[in-house]
Amino acid sequence: MTEKEIFDILKEKFPESIIEFVEAQVGENYIKVSPLEIDKVCAFLFTDSRLQFDSLINLSGVDDANGEKKVKEDGSFNFIGGTLSVVYHLESLKHLHKLTLLVSIEKDKQDVVSVTDIWAHANWHEREAFDLLGINFLNHPDLRRILMPYDWDGGFPLRKDYKDPEFYEGMKIPY
Amino acid sequence: MITEFGKIFVFILVAIFFVTVAVFVAKLLRPSRPTYEKKLTYECGEDIIGSPWVQFNIRFYVVALIFLIFDVEIVLLIPWAYVYKIFGITGFLVGAIFLILLGLGMAYEWRKGDLEWSRPAMPKLNVNKNKVSEKVKDK
Amino acid sequence: MGLLDKQFADDNIIITKVDDLLNWARLSSLWQVGFGLACCAIEMMATSASHYDFDRFGVIPRPSPRQSDVIIVSGTVTLKMAIRIKRLYEQMPDPKYVISMGSCSNCGGPYWEHGYHVLKGVDRIIPVDVYVPGCPPRPEALLEGLMKLQEKIRNESLIKKTT
Repeated sequence: MTEKEIFDILKEKFPESIIEFVEAQVGENYIKVSPLEIDKVCAFLFTDSRLQFDSLINLSGVDDANGEKKVKEDGSFNFIGGTLSVVYHLESLKHLHKLTLLVSIEKDKQDVVSVTDIWAHANWHEREAFDLLGINFLNHPDLRRILMPYDWDGGFPLRKDYKDPEFYEGMKIPY
Repeated sequence: MITEFGKIFVFILVAIFFVTVAVFVAKLLRPSRPTYEKKLTYECGEDIIGSPWVQFNIRFYVVALIFLIFDVEIVLLIPWAYVYKIFGITGFLVGAIFLILLGLGMAYEWRKGDLEWSRPAMPKLNVNKNKVSEKVKDK
Repeated sequence: MGLLDKQFADDNIIITKVDDLLNWARLSSLWQVGFGLACCAIEMMATSASHYDFDRFGVIPRPSPRQSDVIIVSGTVTLKMAIRIKRLYEQMPDPKYVISMGSCSNCGGPYWEHGYHVLKGVDRIIPVDVYVPGCPPRPEALLEGLMKLQEKIRNESLIKKTT
């Protein structure tokens, strides 16, 4: 089943405001979903007998780096505005079809609804996205840092405008 | 005149003497600079969580006891296995009765539930069907 | 404080001979805390194995810092691990030595700019005696580093007072 056919099935269930089909210039076509409805869409994809997406291959966070770039005097920069994305790669082991979902959120309010109720292994993927990009997953059972130290307060390292803090526990970090 | 066991005794004395002298001389000569970190109990680089005086499950002792019984059984069976060809069918029957008795004891323990182990509940990893179907439901 | 440890001020033949004896004993049995952190650990293991045979220098990997003389930090030192390394180093008995093996633990290696989680050089937390460059260093390089450390031990004195 192609992405377009899956989208047509989804369209019967959800209004256009929640989902949107995006034809990619390069790579796979994907479906853009509103961040606060992603769990309902995923639950439908999981349960519907025609779709049955029982496997979440990967969940990753992306910094789109599309805000207004502001360069300071010392060469460092930060982005005003811009978006973060969460990409879901799904696969159905029953029907052997794949689908890519994308959730785009403003950097100021990084709230996405967690899908751990549907795929339990999304737990650590979401913790990683929270750890490195600061995406806040609502309803997540255990949203702590996973890779960085637990008492890290130097920001989210995979954001494009991340800058190393000077010290961590008395150790100098920048080269 | 020194006996054969007497020689072994002298050997043991010499061994103890050498070890004691080595440890004592090392204690005198070595630099000793104790610090707080060196005196810590745990040596894996981690902080210590809680006290080591925790209560062990009482069933460890039961299992140890059962293990001991079967250990002794091996000790008794090996000499029996060496000689039982000489004694023929009688020897076999004696060993068999011994084994049956032990087997009965094992069955009794099993029946009484001493081999059961109260495990902590596994974390629930499977999908919560109710929650998923709730999300699919139309509002 | 032992009987001999930094007790003597002057330099006579007995003291230097005792010094030589102690140094010879120490440098011939350098027990290491094998601190394998990344790919350099594989080279360190290869050095310990039969072909290169670390054991002929008296180097035996020990599982505990309390029985060791030298710590070979081989691999990328992340910030999380740096705290542990520091504590393990402090738990080793004096006199203790550090060999930093590979680019990562020398200076951060390939993570020197964008490695947000990497300590740029283990010498920021513990004093390093010998740096072994390479990514990863060949076992011969580690052997060379060890011989440099033995040379250092041979020329220092435990029982003379430091000025």
